Amino acid sequence: MLFTVLLGLITSSLIVPFGRFVKTKWGIILAFIPLLLFLYYLQYIPLISWDKSYVQHIDWIPSLGVNFDFRLDGLSLLFSLLITGIGTCIFFYAKSYLKNDPYIDRFFGYLFLFMSAMLGLVLSDNIFLLFTFWELTSISSFFLIGFNNDHAVSRKSALTALSVTGLGGFFLLAGLVLMGNIAHTYSISELAEKAHLIQDHELFPYILGLVILGAMTKSAQFPFHFWLPGAMKAPTPVSAYLHSATMVKAGIYLLARFFPILGSNPAWTYSLMIIGGITMLYGAFHSLFRTDMKGVLAYSTISALGILVFLLGIGTEDAIIAVAVFIVVHALYKATLFLITGIIDHATHTRDLSILQGLRKVLLPVAIAGFLAALSSAGVPLTLGFIGKDLIYEATLHSEQHVAIYLTVAAVITNILLVSAGFMAGIKPFMGTLPEKFEKINMPAKSLWIPPLILALLGVLFGCFPHIIGDWIAQPTVNSIMKVKTDFHLQIWHGFNLVLLLSALTIILGTILYFINKPNPRKLQWIERLNFIAPLTIFQKAYQRIYNFSTSYSNYFHNGYLRSYLLKIIIFAEVLLAYQLYLGGPLHINWDLLSTISVYEVVTVLIVFGAVALTLSTASRLTAVVATSVIGYGICLLFVFYSAPDLAMTQFTIDTLTVVLFVLVLFKLPPFLNLAKKRVLIRDVVVAIVFGIILALVAIRVLHVPTDIAISEFYGKNAYLLAKGRNVVNVLLVDFRGFDTMFEIIVLSIAALGVYSLLKLRLKSSEKE
Amino acid sequence: MKSTILQTASRYLLPILLLFSFFLLLRGHYFPGGGFVGGLVASIAFVLHSFAHGTNETMKILRYKPLSLIPIGLGISAFSMFMPAIFGLPVMTGLWLEHPIPVIGMIGTALLFDIGIYLVVIGVVLTILFTISLSSD
Repeated sequence: MLFTVLLGLITSSLIVPFGRFVKTKWGIILAFIPLLLFLYYLQYIPLISWDKSYVQHIDWIPSLGVNFDFRLDGLSLLFSLLITGIGTCIFFYAKSYLKNDPYIDRFFGYLFLFMSAMLGLVLSDNIFLLFTFWELTSISSFFLIGFNNDHAVSRKSALTALSVTGLGGFFLLAGLVLMGNIAHTYSISELAEKAHLIQDHELFPYILGLVILGAMTKSAQFPFHFWLPGAMKAPTPVSAYLHSATMVKAGIYLLARFFPILGSNPAWTYSLMIIGGITMLYGAFHSLFRTDMKGVLAYSTISALGILVFLLGIGTEDAIIAVAVFIVVHALYKATLFLITGIIDHATHTRDLSILQGLRKVLLPVAIAGFLAALSSAGVPLTLGFIGKDLIYEATLHSEQHVAIYLTVAAVITNILLVSAGFMAGIKPFMGTLPEKFEKINMPAKSLWIPPLILALLGVLFGCFPHIIGDWIAQPTVNSIMKVKTDFHLQIWHGFNLVLLLSALTIILGTILYFINKPNPRKLQWIERLNFIAPLTIFQKAYQRIYNFSTSYSNYFHNGYLRSYLLKIIIFAEVLLAYQLYLGGPLHINWDLLSTISVYEVVTVLIVFGAVALTLSTASRLTAVVATSVIGYGICLLFVFYSAPDLAMTQFTIDTLTVVLFVLVLFKLPPFLNLAKKRVLIRDVVVAIVFGIILALVAIRVLHVPTDIAISEFYGKNAYLLAKGRNVVNVLLVDFRGFDTMFEIIVLSIAALGVYSLLKLRLKSSEKE
Repeated sequence: MKSTILQTASRYLLPILLLFSFFLLLRGHYFPGGGFVGGLVASIAFVLHSFAHGTNETMKILRYKPLSLIPIGLGISAFSMFMPAIFGLPVMTGLWLEHPIPVIGMIGTALLFDIGIYLVVIGVVLTILFTISLSSD
């Protein structure tokens, strides 16, 4: 399983050097990679049964419990098939769709990255691995959404999507870590066995809240839904992929995956029912007012995601079956609708539903795909959508007695609105008379219209033979969510009952609504008047506040004046140290512990004093620098007296180089001008003297702290035994604490690169002048 | 700064200081010294030369940009870090040749690591100083 994840990542990185290849017609070969993966996962269908899953374990950081644990069970298989299956269609489609785009290589790189991240996410059995892939999907979708990066709106949408999903990821991580710490395991399958431990823990409400927040942001649940319509700025294949089968379904996957751990209790049930219920009604209602095809699809996607969360909340066996089937239903029809939107957009250069009509005469196969998808989304018999809708009503009717009626009403209303939305996107552009300006449209390339047609036909095929989906896909999925063996078979005909009546009612009312509600820009304006209370506006305002606050905060602390930095750092250290000294109680000086003073030390200290006096009194910068270095050398001598030759040597050389550096920089500056005001001078003197006194006090205090010599003894003993060195300082640097040293030299290198690029860049701009 | 004495002296001091820096590097494992100090001394040697003859002259002696020493040094250190992993040992395990080599002494990953540090330090110091001195000209 690891290789399926790696394949995409490797391909993605290979595109960097071999990007030119993607631009040739042979680039289509890339589309066979997801196909290959799809076939690979197809072979698992007969092998997966309710108690059998495939596991792969590779150690990564075993000491921290972070490992490459992959597990393929029914739920993972469902998602893997969707990701690779729909992915195959998208890859073929995108190759034609972006044929003339100069950055198509980049696009495929992002797309492969995203596909791998999604695959990794649904296959992970370790919460940290899951989280890593979760974040990777956010990041790679950021690149995909902002692909048209020369449009400001596009960049902004990508950033909104990233910040919302990234925020959710943050909550999710907290929830996951809490769970892991309570159960003492980071493996998801082991967590499921210890579900009672987590559910009985006092922190359970927080864990539940955090995980749900993570899922809500990713799956665009109210009030975090606003990033999804914004993400429509992405090229259409991306919208089709992200919003039908992958990105937004990741939150659904997360909830389904953690259902055995967190589910089946009132807190879970009610919070998800309420969140999902609001989202599905809100999204469906909003879809009525959109005139942009993608806008309609975006809001109907939000609504469909709401339905899924709502069903997961209900959590009965009926509801989970409905979840499994509806995921497939939605993926198939929504991907189709997005893809035909792309074709129409390409052909007519508009997505405005109030303009588009009669296109069936020029784009017949596309029209067929659109019709079938719209029918499936409406839940007309003999499509998979019909079965999906039946199962939803089945689930709401058989939920708890006292809420069943409300849930059913909410589901019916949502579905009526969605019928209208589906017709609007799938049928409206093809009906009526063809305007003159569209008459010259030619059929697009085969690789554009075949993928949506296949997906739409699959919706009908599965609708006529529902047991294919029911027995092979839905059953293992439900089993792995419920963790018990369930036995059900999907049927087209259930006989005359309430569900059938509701279904018929939904279609009839939805169709009527479709004919009444004509797309009209005026209605959009009407709904936009309510924007001031929209979550997007609130989010933007909050964002602006945070932004302003952080700007003023960093402008205060990061004002570009070195003297200001020094002052703040030193005053902060003074306060901290003084407080610590105060806590330590009164100070006693034990004269017996102090060593006797030799004449060398006295002389050295006198020289240092002289140098200090010179530094303060001189009027020349260079003299000041030289005097400072004399202080440094004096301190080096003290190191020598107290037998720290390594330290002294390093200090000597560093001091020398610092002087050189100072001279280089200061040489060019004008001579000392007395710019400092008297007040500033006094302030600096006070701060400096206080700091000196505090440090002296700390030094005296240190003498009284019983030193723990176990550590130095250990190094003394083992330097030669373990590391074959006699110089303990050096052995520490290169062996015992080698990692520290490694990172130190990396930091040094970064500093050098910083100086180099800063000065070189400045040089270049001056050369231009 | 054109001083004949300094120019003549620096010409002789450069190889001697470099040799000394190498000496410090090699003895580091047993006596005071090591990659950091060695690297600093070597940088001082070049800095002295650049003071006497001008930075451009020193750059000619170096032939390559000091910046290129940084990735080489980091690479050597990283290699010595991960070399034990090739033999299936934990990263950063000290590996040593069994017998000491004349003049140099014991050779092991620690020495390799130190050489990496030595090069990075020279690269960093010279990059910073030379960039500043060239840009202020």
